[in-house]
Amino acid sequence: MAGEGLAIEARGLVKVYGQTRALDGIDLTVRRGQVFGFLGPNGAGKTTTIRILATLARPDGGTARVLGCDVVSEADAIRARVAVTGQFASLDEDLTGYENLIVFGRLRGLSRAASKKRVNELLAAFDLAGSASRPVGTYSGGMRRRLDIGASLIVTPDLLFLDEPTTGMDPRSRGQVWELVRQIAAAGTTVLLTTQYLEEADQLAGQITVIDHGRVVAEGTSAQLKARAGSGTLRVRLHDGEQRSRARAVLAGALEGPVQLGADPLTLSVLLAAPADPADTGRLVGHAMTRLWQARVAVAEVTLGQPSLHEAFLALTGHPASPAATDHEDTNS
Amino acid sequence: MSTPTATTSRAVPEAHRIDGLLAPSGPPRRAGALAASATFGWRAMLKIKHEPKQLTDVIAIPVLITVVFTYIFGGAISGSPGHYLKILLPGTLSMSIALVTMYGGARLAQDVTTGVFDRFRSLSIWRGAFVLGGLLSDVGRYLFASTIVVVLGLIMGYRPDGGAPGVLAAVALVAAFGLSLSWLWAAVALLVRDPAVVISIANVALMPLSFASDVFVQARTMPGWLQSFVKVNPISHVADAARDLMNNTGGAGGPVAWSLIATAAITLVFAPLTLHLYSKQA
Repeated sequence: MAGEGLAIEARGLVKVYGQTRALDGIDLTVRRGQVFGFLGPNGAGKTTTIRILATLARPDGGTARVLGCDVVSEADAIRARVAVTGQFASLDEDLTGYENLIVFGRLRGLSRAASKKRVNELLAAFDLAGSASRPVGTYSGGMRRRLDIGASLIVTPDLLFLDEPTTGMDPRSRGQVWELVRQIAAAGTTVLLTTQYLEEADQLAGQITVIDHGRVVAEGTSAQLKARAGSGTLRVRLHDGEQRSRARAVLAGALEGPVQLGADPLTLSVLLAAPADPADTGRLVGHAMTRLWQARVAVAEVTLGQPSLHEAFLALTGHPASPAATDHEDTNS
Repeated sequence: MSTPTATTSRAVPEAHRIDGLLAPSGPPRRAGALAASATFGWRAMLKIKHEPKQLTDVIAIPVLITVVFTYIFGGAISGSPGHYLKILLPGTLSMSIALVTMYGGARLAQDVTTGVFDRFRSLSIWRGAFVLGGLLSDVGRYLFASTIVVVLGLIMGYRPDGGAPGVLAAVALVAAFGLSLSWLWAAVALLVRDPAVVISIANVALMPLSFASDVFVQARTMPGWLQSFVKVNPISHVADAARDLMNNTGGAGGPVAWSLIATAAITLVFAPLTLHLYSKQA
């Protein structure tokens, strides 16, 4: 059987909400035992894909098998073996942390005693034992997320869906969640992780699929995606921010590839298209420097390096991976 | 190997060690339908424990209806509140429970919009457990509201001729009728997914059903067209049945039978509809 060693195998998934094609033919292949990164801006279709794979929504087209079972006809067999940690903390705010986990223990088929034992172990491991008797509504974002992940581990799942697990978190809590994901994956659970953060995918995921507007725009390892995005990035820092627009025009004329303005008003960068002969990169950069000199643009610093995943995203989708996208993702109506 | 797992160098200082808890759990277990429903019932009770203001409706509605209507209408209709209570109290019991039922629907509509609802739906449990568990806790609320009505009645001077068995039978009948209405509001809740809309729809339906009944006055004082409505109104039958049981007037007569038929009919239509709506979501 084709799907044997695969955690997820999706072909041509389509989901339509009203006039919007939230998914427009998504193909996914996820091997067992890996952390799979699903990267895209707001509204790209990440949550919709997870909802279909976790049997919460039906696809309008295409097929998907999860752990070898069809998401439509064998949904219940999938539910017994996967866990979903949604984008927004999916817990009862007015119940305590302990009570929340006990509810899931009982619903996962554990006896009263087994639930109690497992929940106390999880609370201790997640450093939540001291807050176990407080309502979840009083928890900090990081604590809530840990409890949320704990609720998905009541029974160790074969496949864990993590939908934007660190969105809106401070760097320390984010680091903690990353460490949890690494441990979960190391123990043998396949993890499908969606994220808007390129760094997160870079840090955690062995395999990354980039989606945008409901379509797969690129897939591969982090290194492959960066390589596909071009031979390198030229970053220029100016003496005078007033000259940036002139520098932009000059660089756009001298080099093939999109010019991006940095957050720092003195910086700009160019993604270099891979030349046929790698040795040409130096000639292209030299040419660009000469043109800047001719235009009387004062350059403070020039570096040539691998593109960041952020720059790679821009090259792959034609627009930056900004979370400020206006089209709202996945209203589950 | 590209999976970045053994990365001690990147470890966060206060990282949580959970690797001891991640052993494969063996073949998946499945919670039984009853255990899952009971768990959801327990969850609803916990919510009341943590947010006691959820009991506002089951306290305020029975108190207001029983006290206000006894003293406003009591003298006018029957000469004295004490005499009127025999007719009125079983009626306010029925009306109070009927009105309280809509809040269960509102809570369900609230619940299905939260993230935790999706998580429940992602579990391998009997599909009806979530709704049924909520309704089990609703029955608890109906019994609580019934107790308030009966105790208030006793304080105001009502003496049921049917005794404790009669009162208990009436409460059981009214609660069963309330449960049938719960299924109806649950179906509405799953359709509209908005607590305020559920309350509006339920009010529009329950107000005429409550007042155009013989809860407060006997049907023969009303115009003919209204009488025919009152006679088919299930709340009339339930109020009549509660009167018969509490005052020991009619035995297990017509109103009781009609109430049970109405209860069964509403349940048979809306319970399957609710379960269907629940499982076909999204």
